Amino acid sequence: MSDRDPSVPPGGVETTGHEWDGIEEYNNPLPRWWLVILMATIVWGIAFSIAYPAWPGFNASNGGLLGWSSRGRLEAQMAAVEAARAEAWQRIAALPLAELPQNPELMRLAVAGGASAFKVHCVQCHGSGGAGGPGYPNLNDDDWLWGGDIESLYQTIAHGIRAPGYDETRISQMPAFGRDGLLDKAQVAQVVEHVRALSGQEHDARKAAAGAAIFAEQCASCHGPEGKGNRELGAPNLTDAIWLYGGDRASLFQTIWNARNGVMPGWSQRLDDVTIRKLAAYVHSLGGGA
Amino acid sequence: MNAPLTPPDAPVRGAPIRFFEKRRKVYPRKVSGPFRRLKWAILVVTLAIYYITPWLRWDRGPHAPDQAVLVDLAGRRFFMGPIEIWPQEFYYVAGLLVMAGIGLFLITSTVGRAWCGYACPQTVWTDLYMAVERAIEGDRNARMKLDRAPWTFSKIAKRGTVHFLWLVIALLTGGAWVFYFTDAPTLLARLLDGTAPAAAYAAIGILTFTTYTLAGLMREQVCTYMCPWPRIQSAMLDEDSFIVTYKAWRGEPRGSAKAKAADPAIGDCVDCRACVAVCPTGIDIRDGPQLECITCALCIDACNEVMGKLGRPADLIGYSTLRRDGKESRGEPLEPMWKTFVRPRTLLYFALWAGIGIAMLVVLAGRQSLGITVAQDRNPLMVTMADGSLRNGYTVKILNKAARPRDVVVTLEGLPEARLWESLGAGAPSTAFRATVRPDGVETYRIFVRVPAGRLAAEHTPFTFRVTSVEDPGGRPEVAEADARFTVVRR
Repeated sequence: MSDRDPSVPPGGVETTGHEWDGIEEYNNPLPRWWLVILMATIVWGIAFSIAYPAWPGFNASNGGLLGWSSRGRLEAQMAAVEAARAEAWQRIAALPLAELPQNPELMRLAVAGGASAFKVHCVQCHGSGGAGGPGYPNLNDDDWLWGGDIESLYQTIAHGIRAPGYDETRISQMPAFGRDGLLDKAQVAQVVEHVRALSGQEHDARKAAAGAAIFAEQCASCHGPEGKGNRELGAPNLTDAIWLYGGDRASLFQTIWNARNGVMPGWSQRLDDVTIRKLAAYVHSLGGGA
Repeated sequence: MNAPLTPPDAPVRGAPIRFFEKRRKVYPRKVSGPFRRLKWAILVVTLAIYYITPWLRWDRGPHAPDQAVLVDLAGRRFFMGPIEIWPQEFYYVAGLLVMAGIGLFLITSTVGRAWCGYACPQTVWTDLYMAVERAIEGDRNARMKLDRAPWTFSKIAKRGTVHFLWLVIALLTGGAWVFYFTDAPTLLARLLDGTAPAAAYAAIGILTFTTYTLAGLMREQVCTYMCPWPRIQSAMLDEDSFIVTYKAWRGEPRGSAKAKAADPAIGDCVDCRACVAVCPTGIDIRDGPQLECITCALCIDACNEVMGKLGRPADLIGYSTLRRDGKESRGEPLEPMWKTFVRPRTLLYFALWAGIGIAMLVVLAGRQSLGITVAQDRNPLMVTMADGSLRNGYTVKILNKAARPRDVVVTLEGLPEARLWESLGAGAPSTAFRATVRPDGVETYRIFVRVPAGRLAAEHTPFTFRVTSVEDPGGRPEVAEADARFTVVRR
């Protein structure tokens, strides 16, 4: 700040003494408290950067004197959320599973919790909307190999299907009719035509008639004489519009020749009981029924 | 403005420049007159509105709060008498803010900074604080003397009393504020027994601090340094806006009554500095229109008192426009007052202001208390059922803006043979879905819609979700609709 030769113009406003090409700069002093606040914010800023993580390092920033971290805050918040929900989860655990769908409040909570668990553990095979794909069942429809009521769903999720290491896992085994030499190629092709007839698809009637005899002998014990399937055995209903591995001739031939026997892991050794209950509720909400 | 004006604190030649300076304290003198009385009246009315409003009741039935004006942040509802606004209807608030903005333009272009001078909370509370200060410490001269006096017991007692009263007012100000956000009687009881939410105490604390600081300590500096409005003024005012002006052509050159008797060229201003003494922002109105002037008009009262005593015409300082003042100084005839108020600019502002207000009233009158929104499931878009029928899923939200639980029926329009049911419910697929929506709330349902095999050829079939309220006999059912579409995925 230079000393100046103050020239106070008729307007009464002093100038800073700076002049450029005859243009002078008025000096309207700011209030002193304004300066004090500016200084105070600078001091505050420095203190803040010491108290909280601010200064970058090679691997991480300095921790800050208060030890605050966004991860720690997240963990605390997650713990608080879990604590707040613990009571609801306990009620779900205590309720007989079959009664859960009749309790709208708990069912909503269970479905919401199951949806998030589903996103972590199930979407890899069943897809994020549970729509599945070839070989992975669509959980939204009303066709259930092992039953779509909530208790059956719980059983399937907890113990899996053909899951190694689970004593109560769901097991059934369709023979590989072609590979194991039970039927020859022509016979398998005839059964394919019969199966297409069962589900009302376009088919060769003569071959289908021959296939019907083979079906009655080889397949009806599990799939039923009318091909309606059997949930006790996990034998699919062959008369409906839904095909896990495809209802076209090539897929059907492949299924009968080699058999499929897909595997779903069991979850009771990895997830707690409440989570499996929530998953059962969620899957039930997608397309479950009797 | 003939005399060269040199501020009393003009820097001494050779002294260092100060870019920052200590506040020059203002000691406004007591004044009485019509404008002062008007300001007292506005002060009483505005403060009464502020303090009483949260305590007014409005019966909305058992399912909604009975507070007339309530900003329910937790419940995300805004109540104002018969009006209830949901967050998605925030455009009403936006409209009110636009109206307030244009209203300020309108007021400013006609009567200048009337908001600043009469109704601004900063002005109202500062006036109140000054009244307290004057009652305890005395008028202008007494206060100046007290400031210079050493810290005796009497000075400490006076200053202590003033600041204590200021803090009490500040506390009551902050205390009244929080009542707008929750049920006032309940909150008052909880505030007193110490069980109110921390946010309430924090809000009171912050507002106590700001009221005490802004009205007690900062005062005119808030207007001069902190408020953007004085800067906007320069764009809003024109030569037809009423402002508080000093009729320099009549007052100058200044001289005492004795001097005027000797020299008829002397003007009406006797340079008694009454206008300066009463000014709450510490300026001299005779320097012309200034940024600091909030047009509180107290200098008019002060000057008229002096002019009255001297037997000279009133309004040497008075409300006038630059154009009228110019004509008056040249002795030209003045146009009628209404022509100054009614001119294209003010008409435009008024039309805009009233248009927005009327539009909002129309929208408000047609506001529905039943609503529905639909979002189609995207994954999966479509599900094939065992019997070959096709299913789409939708997240349906039903909004009940009435303060009572309502039974509603959801039906589908434009999808013959379609059946719907709720994913969580036990209900079988049917042509209508019935539900009860809680009062003043939203219910969310996941709705499945099923269409028999082979009915829909198009990839997307538009249709409508229709929700109809079930009313008591004699009541008119309300209907709301939402567009949706049924998707058929072909592999």
